[in-house]
Amino acid sequence: MRVAARLPGGLALALVLALALGSLAAVLARSEGLGRVTPADWAAVRFTLLQASLSAVLSTVLAVPVARALARRRFAGRGLMIAALGAPFILPVIVAVMGILSIFGRAGALNAALAALGLPELRVYGLQGILIAHLFLNLPLAVRMILNGWAAIPPERFRLAASLDLGPRDLWRLIEYPMLCATLPGAALAIFLVCLTSFTVILMMGGGPAATTLELAIYQAFRMEFDLGHAASLAALQMALSLAVALVSLMAFNPTAFGAGTGRRADAPPHAGRLALWLDVFWLCACGLFLALPLLTVLLAGLPFLPGLGASLWMAAGRSVLVALSATVLALALSLSIALLVTALPRAAGRVIDGLAMLALTTSPLVLGTGLFLILRPHLDPVAFALPIAALVNATMAMPFCLRILMPELTTLRTDYGRLSESLGLQGLTALRLVILPRLRRSMAFAGGLSAALAAGDLGAVALFADPQYPTLPMQVYALAGAYRSNAAAGASVLLMGLSFFLFRAIDQMGHRDADA
Amino acid sequence: MTTKFFLPMIAGVLAANMVAAEDKPVLTVYTYDSFVAEWGPGPAIEAAFEATCACDLQFVAPGDAGALLSRILLEGKDTKADVVLGLDNNLTAKAAASGLFAPHAALDVTYGLPVAWNDPIFVPYDWGYFAFVYDKTKVREVPTDFTALATSDLKIAIQDPRSSSPGLGLLMWVKAAYGDKAAEIWADLADNIVTVTPGWSEAYGLFLKGEADMVLSYTTSPAYHIFAEKDDTKAAAAFSEGHYLQVEVAAKLGTTPQGDLADQFLAFVTGPEFQGVIPETNWMYPAVTPADGLPAEFEGLIQPAKALMLPAGEADALRESATEEWRAALAK
Repeated sequence: MRVAARLPGGLALALVLALALGSLAAVLARSEGLGRVTPADWAAVRFTLLQASLSAVLSTVLAVPVARALARRRFAGRGLMIAALGAPFILPVIVAVMGILSIFGRAGALNAALAALGLPELRVYGLQGILIAHLFLNLPLAVRMILNGWAAIPPERFRLAASLDLGPRDLWRLIEYPMLCATLPGAALAIFLVCLTSFTVILMMGGGPAATTLELAIYQAFRMEFDLGHAASLAALQMALSLAVALVSLMAFNPTAFGAGTGRRADAPPHAGRLALWLDVFWLCACGLFLALPLLTVLLAGLPFLPGLGASLWMAAGRSVLVALSATVLALALSLSIALLVTALPRAAGRVIDGLAMLALTTSPLVLGTGLFLILRPHLDPVAFALPIAALVNATMAMPFCLRILMPELTTLRTDYGRLSESLGLQGLTALRLVILPRLRRSMAFAGGLSAALAAGDLGAVALFADPQYPTLPMQVYALAGAYRSNAAAGASVLLMGLSFFLFRAIDQMGHRDADA
Repeated sequence: MTTKFFLPMIAGVLAANMVAAEDKPVLTVYTYDSFVAEWGPGPAIEAAFEATCACDLQFVAPGDAGALLSRILLEGKDTKADVVLGLDNNLTAKAAASGLFAPHAALDVTYGLPVAWNDPIFVPYDWGYFAFVYDKTKVREVPTDFTALATSDLKIAIQDPRSSSPGLGLLMWVKAAYGDKAAEIWADLADNIVTVTPGWSEAYGLFLKGEADMVLSYTTSPAYHIFAEKDDTKAAAAFSEGHYLQVEVAAKLGTTPQGDLADQFLAFVTGPEFQGVIPETNWMYPAVTPADGLPAEFEGLIQPAKALMLPAGEADALRESATEEWRAALAK
């Protein structure tokens, strides 16, 4: 396995680092040296860290009971709920925010209900609004990642536990807690990094300049001050912060090894007691409503305008599908190569590589786009290559999520099957084909679905390359909303939501053909 | 797998570019996305200019108006742009300071702008007054100045001056009207501000959703709703301090090898064919009022008694301190 595992991984890592660091270097090279970090910037750093940590902790902690309920209950609509969990994360941010405000906003359903009961208005704008929005966007992702962890526990362990008469406490201590230790830090890290570069949510829900993040300061440096040096120093600061958090979090990563099972995943883990049942019902309903209501309002607001959308929007949707599928293939190839490399290396070295790979997520989309533009422009027409570049950038941005999804399971696989494979002389592609890929299929499909949906909904990094003759669907949504056409924008949002969801569902399903979620 | 997707895509794009090329001279105009959208002014203007110029007019739109100047500054002297269309009076000082733009040929036009305009580089093509837009069926007591707005219970959505042109326009509006007292106005307005959005579309979306009673937009915004939605419930509040102006301009790059064609285009920009398209596609006032007047839906719009606009250099010099003043007043 050694060389075959290391070469593609090394190449993939080199590509990611070249993109992340190269783009920053290109911006810096074009500037007149690093700019000064102002007191207002440091205030932004503090707020950025505060909101990202809170968002990550809240999302992962609340995801645990929801994932557990989903893992151990069987009910009608469970498959649909698991599939729908992909929807919020992949929504264009502005659409998600509008959906959330339909429920929690000043004129939202919640305040209407409070007013009817004679209760005071709930103020959503502020840190609380930012957390609600980040929770809406990221809780489902955390649930899915943790649910994968639960599903990866061989049912034999639960049967063994049952035959040993272990109570819920022992189950938690011996099986569930170790699995969470392997899954939670990675999930929290991924969410922390997404929230770190969050931009539109912070401004719209933040209620004023007290809620200012580094990404806004970077935007300002690029767009208003045209001060590349300032942008570069802010981006470097953002990257250093994220890298520090990534390393700390990966140090806490503790892979599990329950020993190999037969690989069948048919049974639901056991569950005990009435109280547990009611708690599970509560968590499923609370999470379901919290996620479904805003999505429903987006759907209802846009559906009437869907039939009226012009041909150009359907063309744009087709372009988005092309970008999404290309990005998916690339993201899976990158993340699998890197995951194989990380798990083949000694533990400490593996963690450093793992942390470096997460750099892709810590790069400000604006810096990535601008740097790439500066690097590529002397050699090719950026507009003519807008779509391939969009696919490449989206693949790089989606790769860290795929890595976090693949890593826990691949690490366990290595521990469980590594020695057996070696003793049988299974190496390289043969081991990949016979041992690894079949067992990674569910995770790969989930990661692939997520990448496709993310790429379909992306806008950020590639704005500089945009070709007005060949817009993608997210570009069209923003252009419509920017020209008073809010109805058409609502219709196009539904189309984008449907497209992202369909891509996610279709690819995710490939991992479920004979397995249970 | 990837090449399977990419090759047809690349081939398609290249083929499209080649068909357009032929032998005619190409005039490349950088602009913003909504200008070239199928519902924007771009398509009609391209057809009209190509009918007279024996050239191929190609629009390139690297995102919104803010991205436009970024792109030009990044490309520097080897930019492919011959003309840039879509900068506004907030950006012209920065653009002029880059030294990338060249003076335009003399133009024989009388602008309909409420202020005198004689910039050697930048040719205005449309303009508008910033204003707070509201719903007539919901807001009964319409404030007539910033103080009245600040003492009212009305909730407003505004844009961030650190990321958007309207946001910067509002900052300059308060500064131009109140000078040293601007910080007090902002402190008084703090409890009226629902939230501060990254750009115009988010704030306007919040307003349409009912999250805000008023939104910072333009005096011409109600015209869109009358024209496209037969909805006359939207109106702009007239403020006695006067209203700040946004002027959108076009300019020729100093590096263009097609100086004459670029000047021909700038003259076309101020001509009747271009100007006639602007009101009902860009929803702004045309820089040169058409001979047969404005479309009907523009008739009932408020006419500010006073137009405010700081000179470009002064506004640029004020930007940093005014933004800090704004931030300090609101970040409590």
